[in-house]
Formats: sequence, structure tokens, C-alpha cells
Amino acid sequence: MSLEGLYQEIILDHYKAPRNRGSVENPDIDIFESNPLCGDEIRIQAKLDGRTIQDIRFEGKGCSISLASASMMTEALKGHAHDHAHKYIDGIKAMMHGEDKLNDEELGDMEALKGVADFPARVKCALLAWTTLEKALNDRAARKG
Amino acid sequence: MRFDAAGLRKEFPILSREFDGKRLVYLDNPATTQKPRAVIDAVSRFYEHSNANVHRGAYRLAEESTAAYEGAREKVRGFLNAASVEEIIFTRGATESINLVAYAWGRKHVAEGDEIVLTEMEHHSNLVPWQLLAQEKKAVLRFVPVENDGTIDVTRAAALITPRTRLVSMTQVSNVLGTINPVRRIAELARERGALLLVDGAQSVPHMAVDVRDIGCDFFVLSGHKMLAPTGIGALYVRKAVLETMPPFHGGGDMIRQVFLDHATWNDLPWKFEAGTPNFADAVGLAAAIDFLSAVGLDALQEHERALTGYAIGRLGEMAGVTLYGPRDVALRGGVVSFNVEGVHPHDLATILDRESAVAIRAGHHCAQPLMKRLNVAATARAGFYLYNVEEDIDRLVEGIHKAEEIFKT
Ligand SMILES: Cc1ncc(COP(=O)(O)O)c(C=O)c1O
Repeated sequence: MSLEGLYQEIILDHYKAPRNRGSVENPDIDIFESNPLCGDEIRIQAKLDGRTIQDIRFEGKGCSISLASASMMTEALKGHAHDHAHKYIDGIKAMMHGEDKLNDEELGDMEALKGVADFPARVKCALLAWTTLEKALNDRAARKG
Repeated sequence: MRFDAAGLRKEFPILSREFDGKRLVYLDNPATTQKPRAVIDAVSRFYEHSNANVHRGAYRLAEESTAAYEGAREKVRGFLNAASVEEIIFTRGATESINLVAYAWGRKHVAEGDEIVLTEMEHHSNLVPWQLLAQEKKAVLRFVPVENDGTIDVTRAAALITPRTRLVSMTQVSNVLGTINPVRRIAELARERGALLLVDGAQSVPHMAVDVRDIGCDFFVLSGHKMLAPTGIGALYVRKAVLETMPPFHGGGDMIRQVFLDHATWNDLPWKFEAGTPNFADAVGLAAAIDFLSAVGLDALQEHERALTGYAIGRLGEMAGVTLYGPRDVALRGGVVSFNVEGVHPHDLATILDRESAVAIRAGHHCAQPLMKRLNVAATARAGFYLYNVEEDIDRLVEGIHKAEEIFKT
């Protein structure tokens, strides 16, 4: 698998100009996570309205793959319901094993992340934002019983 | 005579590997080193010829394996110039060696309010065991700061080592900055104030001549896999007078003299600290690695690495986007070079170097997160040199960095 398949224009664009970078006022979700292998860090904050993710933003230090993935995630989930988030979390995880659970239309820019599956050492980078959000959503669901 | 790194490389089967038609350039030596044929063969030969459990067998094969294992201990003693084989304990590596000291020595000799002095550049394995001990004993950890040039200042260290200090523990060579610390002077300071000194030799003993009595340290730890030997074997040196005060670490077979239902008595040194079946086959591999290094010559090796480091610092230093960490003076450092490339995260750089140039480097925090904070970076890229590296390897590294800059258009 070529480097071009990994470092596609769309990924570099999200890396250099990340969408929804920053923090959310009075967040309902506020989670910080780091990747123990490489030290990459991410903080995700979100404002919820019922079961809808009204606003979602991130801050982080990391490689192009982890930051581009976080940027794409916020774009894909903003304004959508929790269930939508879980569907995407599952879909992106499956994608890292080369499995297609989301179609191209659903994926949008995230299609560019498909190349990561051929770089096993980088899968953790691509998933950091997604697994962190998943943890936050699950923790919240558990607290609410 | 010129150091024949290209010739030595031929002794390492793995270094003939190619990726996409390019010769593998292996620069991840601080993480682990490759193994020469002589080490691989020594371990195979042991299994094919001499394998039996050590110390208890009444047959010739067991006598042979015991002799090979104890011969390896003598080899380590000689390599470190320890006074006696009683002072050499085989472990799994530097990490286990430090944990042994923290547990067996620390729990006996460190009390509430006592101080342990470390530096800000320690590998997690020379930090976390002391945090655990300090928490248990309500002891205090103090840190010699890392100066902006990547060194430690002996005067500042002297001020931190006080009569409350029980132990000073520091690396001889930083696995990130390459800095060579003045452990001999630190040993004097510690001794004057009644403290002991542990030297983490994981990154020094593979690359330079070490003499534990000349340093004057009380503990010295090493990992075999960082010095051409197999994984899973390492050693701990403890000065005998100190070792005699220490209770055992692990309990089990081999470390005992007599066992009753309610208590046991201990074996002699050093076996008191080696519970269970030891890793004798890989100890034989470590002995072969020491023979290999001795034949190459530690002084010649250090000079070779110094030349490569100077060349690398020169080439990387002239690149506009590259930031180098650690001392600029190559006389003050070992063959480890950490750097960052503007606009390219170290992980991306490592992926590109691998796929584009078949150059293996490490990217990340290098198990030194507090040092990363001190340097104000999340991660660095790191290249480390060994006896089989040549200038061309550094040219390939530089070429790969250019390619990464191109992809990221920085
Ligand atoms: C300075 C230093 N100390 C200790 C260690 C730990 O060695 P090991 O993982 O072999 O126990 C390392 C390994 O990277 C190191 O670089």
C-alpha cells in the first residue's frame, strides 16, 4: 500500500486546517484521553440537546492521522443524534479491519481514512478520537442508568 | 585503522533484509539492537548441545549447562569490572533490575521523610519503581533539572543531595538526548553525604567501556537486548557490602538453602536473588554478545558512534525545519539523536521514512514523558546508532525527511 493512499489531500487538509477545533461552553461531555503508546492527546467537548449532539469540538496534540480523524469526526457528528454517533464509531472501527459498514455517501471525507487499514501501526491514531467519544457516551449512559 | 562498520554489518543476518528493494537501515538501536550470527548461534548451540536445568543436576549435561551459565556471570563481571561474581545477579533486564533494588533494598532502607534523588531525564523504568516505593514509605522524590542544553548541572545536583538522601538514581546515557551524565562525580557527592548511587546503564554499557568500581556506584543495571544479546536477559550489579544487607526479592526454588513448612533460609550470593529457573540459555547469548563487543573494542565503537553522531547533527542541523535536542558537543553525548521536523509529526515522519526509504526510527515519548514535558514537546523522532551503521544510513535518513517535508509541503 502506497504512502499516497495514507496521506491523501483530504487528510492533510483536515490536519492543517482542522474543523471544530476549540472548546464548548458548559459542555455536557468533556473527556480527555491520551494514547499511552505515543503520548498523543485529545480533549473532546460536546453540548447535547436531548439525544442530539448540538455542538462538538476538540483540542489535541497528535499526528496527521489522529488530528484529521478527530476533525472529520466532529464534522460528521455535529447536529446528529447519539445513535448516529454509535453507528459511525462502529463503522470507522470496522473500516480499520478493511470492512465496509458505511457507504461512500455516509463516509464523505472519511473515505480517506480507508488507507489507514494498510498501516497497522497507525490504526490506533485513526481511532483515538472515536474510541474516546465512545467512552464518554458510554460513561454518560451508565451514569444515567 | 578505520572502523569497518560495513564489514560488521555482514555478521547480522537481519540487516541483509530489504523492503521494496531497499536495504533496511536500522536506527532504532536505543529500543533494541540486532543480533550477530555469533549470538544467535551461541543460543542455538546451547539448546542443541548443552541444555539442562542448572545447579541441581547430578549428570554431565547439567554440569555443562551450569558451567555455561556461571561462565556467563563471570563474563558480565569482567565486562563491568565488578570485584566478584557474587555481585552479579541475572534478571530479565534493566527494568527488573531496578524493581529488584526498589523492592529488596528500598523497602528495607528507605523510611518516611527520606529522599531519593533522580533526574528529569529518566526512563519510566527508573522513575515509576521509585514512585511506588515513595508512596509506600512516604518518602520524597527530588529531581535534578535538565538544563536547556540537555545536560545536568553538577552544582544543582550537589544542592539536592543532602544527608536526607538515601539514594541517587540516574541514567548514565539518556535514551532521548544522548547526554552522558557525570556519574563518577555524582558518586563522589553521594558518598560524601552517605547516600547510595544507582546507575542505569541500559544505554551506556552497549556503547562505551564501563567500570563500576571506577564509577564508584553501588548499583548498576543493564539490558542484554540493547547490547546484541537476546531479549529477556539482563543483569544487576550490587556492591557486596550493600547486597549483604538486602532481603530476597522473589521467593521460590534456587534462592533457598533450607525450607521448612513455616520458614526458609537463603542461598548464598548471588543466587539468593535468583528465584526459580533462570534464563540460562539467553545468559549464554549475553556472554557471546560480550565477546563480540570486546572483539570490536568499546573505545573504537564509541569513537565510531561519535563520528556518526557528529555527521548526523551536521546534516540535520543544516535543515531549516529540523529542531535538534540534546548537547551540541558530541564529546558530551552517546549515539542517540532526537529531533523534530516542523509541520510533520514524528509518527508521520516514521511512517514515511519506513515506507519511502526503509529507514527504521522511533517516534513518540520514548518512555520519558516528564522529559517530553521539560522539552515542551509531545513527542520526538529518534535515531540511534550502533556498530553496523554507516554514514550512508544518515544520508538515507535525511533523504526520507526531505520526502516527508514534500508530502506535508512544509
Ligand atoms: C535508559 C533506559 N533505562 C531503562 C530501560 C529499560 O530497559 P528494559 O525495557 O530492557 O528493561 C531503557 C529501555 O529503553 C532505557 O533506555
